[in-house]
Amino acid sequence: MAVIKSASAAPNRRRGDTRVALAFVAPAMLGYLVFLVWPTLRGVYLSFTSFDLLSEEKWTGLDNYRRLVNDPVFWDSLGVTLQYVMINIGVQTVAALLIAVLMHRLTRSTVVRGIVLAPYLVSNVVAGIVWLWILDTQLGVGNEVIEWLGFDRIAFFGDASWAIPTIALVNVWRHVGYTALLIFAGLQSISPTVYEAGRVDGASEWRMFRSITVPLLRPVLSLVLIITVVGSFQVFDTVSVTTDGKPANATNVLQLYVYDLAFDRLQFGYASAISVALMLVLTVITVMQYRLMRAGRSDLG
Amino acid sequence: MSTAQRGNQRRTSARACAASFAALALAVSAAGCAPQAGSAGDGKTVSYWMWDAAQQPAYEKCAKAFHKKNPGLRVKITQIGWDSYWTKLTSSFIAGTEPDVFTNHVAHYPQYEKIGVLSPLDELGPTRGIKASDYEPGLAKPWTGRDGHRYGAPKDWDTVGLFYDKKVTREAGVSDAELRDMAWNPEDGGSFEKVLARLTIDANGKRGDERGFDKDNVVRYGLATNDAGGDNHGQSQWSAFTGSNGWKYTDKNPWGERYNYDQKRFQETIDWYFGLAEKGYMAPLEDYSQTNFPEVQVGSGKAAMATEGSWKLSAFSGLKGVDLGIAPTPKGPTGERASMMGGLADSIPKGAKNKKGAAKWVAFLASAECQNIVGKDATVFPATPEGTEKAVAAHRKNGLDVTPFTRHIEDGTTFSFPVTDHAADINAIMLPAMQEVYAGDSPASSLTTTNKQVNFLFQQDD
Repeated sequence: MAVIKSASAAPNRRRGDTRVALAFVAPAMLGYLVFLVWPTLRGVYLSFTSFDLLSEEKWTGLDNYRRLVNDPVFWDSLGVTLQYVMINIGVQTVAALLIAVLMHRLTRSTVVRGIVLAPYLVSNVVAGIVWLWILDTQLGVGNEVIEWLGFDRIAFFGDASWAIPTIALVNVWRHVGYTALLIFAGLQSISPTVYEAGRVDGASEWRMFRSITVPLLRPVLSLVLIITVVGSFQVFDTVSVTTDGKPANATNVLQLYVYDLAFDRLQFGYASAISVALMLVLTVITVMQYRLMRAGRSDLG
Repeated sequence: MSTAQRGNQRRTSARACAASFAALALAVSAAGCAPQAGSAGDGKTVSYWMWDAAQQPAYEKCAKAFHKKNPGLRVKITQIGWDSYWTKLTSSFIAGTEPDVFTNHVAHYPQYEKIGVLSPLDELGPTRGIKASDYEPGLAKPWTGRDGHRYGAPKDWDTVGLFYDKKVTREAGVSDAELRDMAWNPEDGGSFEKVLARLTIDANGKRGDERGFDKDNVVRYGLATNDAGGDNHGQSQWSAFTGSNGWKYTDKNPWGERYNYDQKRFQETIDWYFGLAEKGYMAPLEDYSQTNFPEVQVGSGKAAMATEGSWKLSAFSGLKGVDLGIAPTPKGPTGERASMMGGLADSIPKGAKNKKGAAKWVAFLASAECQNIVGKDATVFPATPEGTEKAVAAHRKNGLDVTPFTRHIEDGTTFSFPVTDHAADINAIMLPAMQEVYAGDSPASSLTTTNKQVNFLFQQDD
């Protein structure tokens, strides 16, 4: 009897669930359609037009993409962005992993966690400007210290070869705590019994890091990498307030080029084409990352 | 910091003005609170946009005087930092929230003229009577569109001069009279380069004109860096030199259709000018930053002199511990001095909600009454000769001789900012190209190729 009763009640409940579920999903769905799907479609459409915002757009077919392929500034900009992402993600991931493991293995202090996360509370723009002042060639405190130590002053933001590494590291400084926190959350999901077993077997800390932490952390780590790489490709605000693409386009990252084309030069069509290209690059990279890191599967089996 | 805040209000470089925390906070808060058009078509308010916070008090005074004369009309001034001013203005045209009147700049106005969003002032009652002859010579001309209509009422003007710290020049044995009478040439730099060398000191206390001078270890440069000037036609950097070498930007001005960056007179001047950095007499490109404007360099003693526009007068005169002197830009191979003369104007959008009130306000801004108020405030030089006299007198009262700026007008040695189409695209091409030359990565002759790219923009129009 009891079995039959519950079986007949279930479909009813499920139908009720669907309605409630739809109601709950609706606001998010609306936002998704209005602020993501529609602008993306419109952006793709605009990338095939010539559009200055004030007059009607003109269909120009593949002109923008032809221009993109032949535009040295675009390729230069893509190279600059790649260089930024490599330095930014490379340093940030290693540092965040290190901080997270240290927090996990050594301390339970919430104060320490708070300190690690503190730079993340500062906005990108403020962080950029503060570092701009600190590292100013002539007036910066940072350069005063460097000179006091007996080295030559360094034009961190003014020198073409220093500017991108400097901006990449400023953003590492701001984001490393947040990334560390994500990894830290992943670490906490690893059962302490695995470590206990390791300790019983006489494994060293390094051995446990290699054979327990890294493999069990892989799904979280790959997710963190996917998120941070996508975010890194979209760098804009820090560059905009520090170097603004200077000197001589040495820091002209893709998003800055897009912004400049669209809002300063009113070439919305071409700017859209570059945005679409950036979207394609990011899609390919994300899919590759997902496949290569087998992010969907855990090693716990 | 207070000096940097004023920023390069008139530079065409976007965001160059985000000089400091305070300036940025200002720009951000202005951007954040999304200025309303204000009038909402009630016919009682005139909304007015401007970017220079330093000038706002003077214009508030004008607004008060205007309200007294027109009790039914109130002017609501909105100040938006140069950084976001033009982006906001463009989007306001699209959204239909444009102000009734706004401060306009020659670098941006051709774009608006082209797409036809400005009202011809000669077709509105109160502004119909604005005459070019009421203002300092040359000021009104750029504001006449290709269709012959007037799109801006001149409000002020600026020229370029040499700002220096008298304490530094005296210590180097360079007299004020010497500074007032300098000349340069592209071969050996003339007396101007000699003075720069004299004012430059390296870490061992050796001057630029002494044996054993170490150009890689300079503690004070003769001339401050102000970026490469690619985004503002070198207005406050090299325009005084290219001008006094007899070079002109375009085939005609305003509305030229061919730039002359491929000409020998331009390239030899640029070679010499950026060569000053190579010799250690001018601060290198990498020393320039948005926290290190020329007035900061002079104020901190990192540079002895700076070429800058007259709109920086209050920034320089506010420097503590500096005994400020101003000299005219040096004479060039033509035997004359030369200075770019810029000037702002007030424009009315076609979509202004309160066009009647707007025209009255513009006419008042252009009138002797408001121009004299602005003159007495002495932040800028007003467009009328009478207002200018008031500003000169106000500066003299403060012990500052500003005739190096005004003499360019008296001597007729000014030329105007090149007003052409494609200004934003030209900036995007010229800015990195000039920086490459400054950094020593490319010779000035590389600008011949750059010039082709610039002129290609105009060929596509046909």
